[in-house]
Amino acid sequence: MSTKTSARNQRRNAVNNVMLTLTAVCAFLTVSTLFLILSYLVYNGGKSVSLDFFTKLPLAPGQEGGGMANAILGSAVIILLASVIGLPIGFFAGIYLAEFSPKKLGFVIRYTADLLNGIPSIVIGIVAWTVIVKPLHQFSALAGGFALSLMLIPITARGTEQFLLEVPRTMREGALALGAPMWLTVASVIVPAARKGIMTSMILGVARISGETAPLLFTALGNNFWSTSLNQPTASLPVMIFTHATAPYEDWHRQAWAAGLVLLGLVLIANITARAIVSRGASLPK
Amino acid sequence: MATHAAIVRPTIKTKSRLGGDELAKAFTFLFAALIIALTLLVVWQLWLGSTPTREKFGFTFLTSQLWNPVTDEFGALPFIYGTVLTSLLALLISVPLGVGAAIYLSELALPKLSNSLTFLVELLAAVPSVIFGLLAIFTLVPLMRDYVQPGLKQAFGFSPLFTGPAFGVGYLTAGIILAVMTFPFIISVSREALMAVPREQREAALALGATKWESTWQIVVPFARLGIMGSVFLGLARALGETMAVTMVIGNDPKIHASLISPGYTIAAVVANEFTEASGQMHASALVELGLVLFALTMVINGLAQVMIVLTTGKGSAKA
Amino acid sequence: MKTIHFTGFLALTALCAASASAQSLTAAGATFPAPIYQKWFGEFKTKTGVQVNYQDIGSGAGIKQLTEGTVDFGASDVPMTDEQLSKLKVKALHFPSVLGAVVMTYNIPGVTGSLTFTPEAIAGIYLGTITKWNDPKIAGANAGVKLPANDIVVVHRSDGSGTSFVFTDYLSKVSPDWKSKVGAAAAVSWPVGLGGKGSDGVAGTVKQTPNSIGYVELLFAVNNKMSFGNVKNASGEVITPSVASVTEAAAAMKEMPADFRVSITNSPGKKAYPISTFTYLLIPSQIQDAAKRKAITDFLTWMLKDGQKEAAGLSYAPLPKAVADKELKQIATIK
Repeated sequence: MSTKTSARNQRRNAVNNVMLTLTAVCAFLTVSTLFLILSYLVYNGGKSVSLDFFTKLPLAPGQEGGGMANAILGSAVIILLASVIGLPIGFFAGIYLAEFSPKKLGFVIRYTADLLNGIPSIVIGIVAWTVIVKPLHQFSALAGGFALSLMLIPITARGTEQFLLEVPRTMREGALALGAPMWLTVASVIVPAARKGIMTSMILGVARISGETAPLLFTALGNNFWSTSLNQPTASLPVMIFTHATAPYEDWHRQAWAAGLVLLGLVLIANITARAIVSRGASLPK
Repeated sequence: MATHAAIVRPTIKTKSRLGGDELAKAFTFLFAALIIALTLLVVWQLWLGSTPTREKFGFTFLTSQLWNPVTDEFGALPFIYGTVLTSLLALLISVPLGVGAAIYLSELALPKLSNSLTFLVELLAAVPSVIFGLLAIFTLVPLMRDYVQPGLKQAFGFSPLFTGPAFGVGYLTAGIILAVMTFPFIISVSREALMAVPREQREAALALGATKWESTWQIVVPFARLGIMGSVFLGLARALGETMAVTMVIGNDPKIHASLISPGYTIAAVVANEFTEASGQMHASALVELGLVLFALTMVINGLAQVMIVLTTGKGSAKA
Repeated sequence: MKTIHFTGFLALTALCAASASAQSLTAAGATFPAPIYQKWFGEFKTKTGVQVNYQDIGSGAGIKQLTEGTVDFGASDVPMTDEQLSKLKVKALHFPSVLGAVVMTYNIPGVTGSLTFTPEAIAGIYLGTITKWNDPKIAGANAGVKLPANDIVVVHRSDGSGTSFVFTDYLSKVSPDWKSKVGAAAAVSWPVGLGGKGSDGVAGTVKQTPNSIGYVELLFAVNNKMSFGNVKNASGEVITPSVASVTEAAAAMKEMPADFRVSITNSPGKKAYPISTFTYLLIPSQIQDAAKRKAITDFLTWMLKDGQKEAAGLSYAPLPKAVADKELKQIATIK
């Protein structure tokens, strides 16, 4: 072997080593961002979170103390509403897509669902304000729930569809061969077989909407008190984080950190739970 | 059930078509159709709500730089500029990092490590936008203001890209936050595209004496390029529509600035800030039209992403 | 399908509406008086059980949401224009609640005392013609203060704001350049600077940004221990913003118009702080729901009598007695 080629090979090997190391650096850099975020939030939020945070109402600006009890409940109510509307619609639409849709129509619906899923959340907020808040003359938890359900429907539909299609062909054919009609096969064999996956995608969907802020700004608005009905402006954790973080009061910053920690904690727990239900490797529906 | 099935078996086809199946199909179709109806509702509302400005300004809305609620003159250009610029800055950072990480995860890391790292990255994708904003206000912004921006000014102050006072907030800060928010998408989709490359491709390259890097960079990556591009577009679509984190760090200035460290505005941020208070009919309409522009922008980008992902991994709208 | 879904929604909402008590009201608007409103509504709730949810989303938003009928009443630092009033389905009455001052707040490392601003300096900074802190136009009025040669970071409101209106209204009165180039409005096309959302956003940005200047309500500056400047008024006196100097500005006003829509910036009063303003509650003149009407009129009466006593404690000037009395008469016109 000539010196020329060995020099070249040396260079190639060097490039190989450098580039491969770089990719590893990229991977660890990105993953460490998560740890950075988590640890910083835990540090600041941990200092700030107290029992009062979960049990008390917010105080007027400038006064120390208070909590976000109403926002925690408000978020729960809005998310529940969004789930009640969005999960069934998404679920049945997913069944249609996986089991009953003709090819062309299926594509159109799938494409539209992806489109709906891609609509920026702030745009959803505009629409929810126009079709719910304005005609009803009231900012409300309902309007917030409607806005979030618009985001939840396509996620659930596509998730349900994906997991239904992953049910082995043999199970499906077995039931059909026994003479069961399609609908019975779907209801008694396919859906139960895919239930873990469907649950996972539902939990992930709900976790995703629970952190959404933009669609709530013009719909649920906010409330300094407890909301006594679904037809009232309602406080929510994400909106509280936004208003409190951008305010100049030290005590509000403290509350924002606490709220951030609680919200992120809930979202991450939901995500980890969902993934634990289906331990099917790391790849999940996008 | 089995006996019952055995009896009706000869007629099952016609029976089920007229009975339960047809009903189930119609029932589930109603919900699927609702998806189309709701999407149409969104588009229709945006179209309807933006009538006054669409009629008054026409296409000049997209090219005018004026945004003056006092005189009722509205142009979208500063916001489109801010939206596109911050998103491109984000991709400039997140694409090399994300693709690099995806290569490591698919080609080098042991499956166990790869899976757990991917799991962590996907958790990062689940962090709500407002939390990125919260962290940015209290950590990134002071950092940018006190160190990064003055440093950039000192090093590159001759170029118009880095002039003006160091505010901390601005295009670059928003770009960095968006980069962190987009790379989970880029990593997980690119990784899948890379893993979908047939094994033989790699083995053939290695057998011919290529180094691991050469086989990856010259054979595997080009093979998966459409999927990787798709992931980039997916990240881009997310960056364009991102609202809260950007609103908290962009600086809210509706003008076009060449300097990357100066404050700006994005479509989503201006809608978030001004929509509840736009008392003039034209002002409200202008904001809704901005929403429409943003919708169109993300629709096109999302569409391109779908096409590319379908072409490489066979996933996307065409299949589940 | 869409209609079915939507009707279902309406039905559900109607159900909820039926169960909602009239004891719960929604109001939205100005951020400027938000601290005292929150305090008032908190106390009013303990006193009467009536719960008023006040969201400080800006004066412009207060007017818009009142016009759309999505709130029970609005709040604004800017009196509504004739055009805005003409769009209302139900006429709105202006009720001044307190007086406030807009102060120049700044964050200059190394400068601790109070700076003095001339009208020319303020206009110059916000027009972008004065860009450094040691500009002679600023330094001239501040002999003995060592001002840095740093760029001025100008901060303004990004949202439609009464505070901005008061401030730009003042600048239009003192600077012909400002009047011709920018004008007075709740949201203007700012020649320079950063936008902060809400008084909170501006105060927050100034606090977090060295060498910055912004304008906020006096209380925000006091509460946040931010430095704020004195301003030279129309009679050439250097005035420190305070409850007393704001009251002077109101006192120097000759006569209150019947609908209370009036500007008191650049007041001729010798001891008057020049960037002062009334802030208003915007109340519909007809309220169908009797319980709601009673809750609102009760609140207004309480606010004009007992509520006023709390104003000074929060750095707002209480209404002159004559104005409060005139408003009490207006309450009777709410049907």
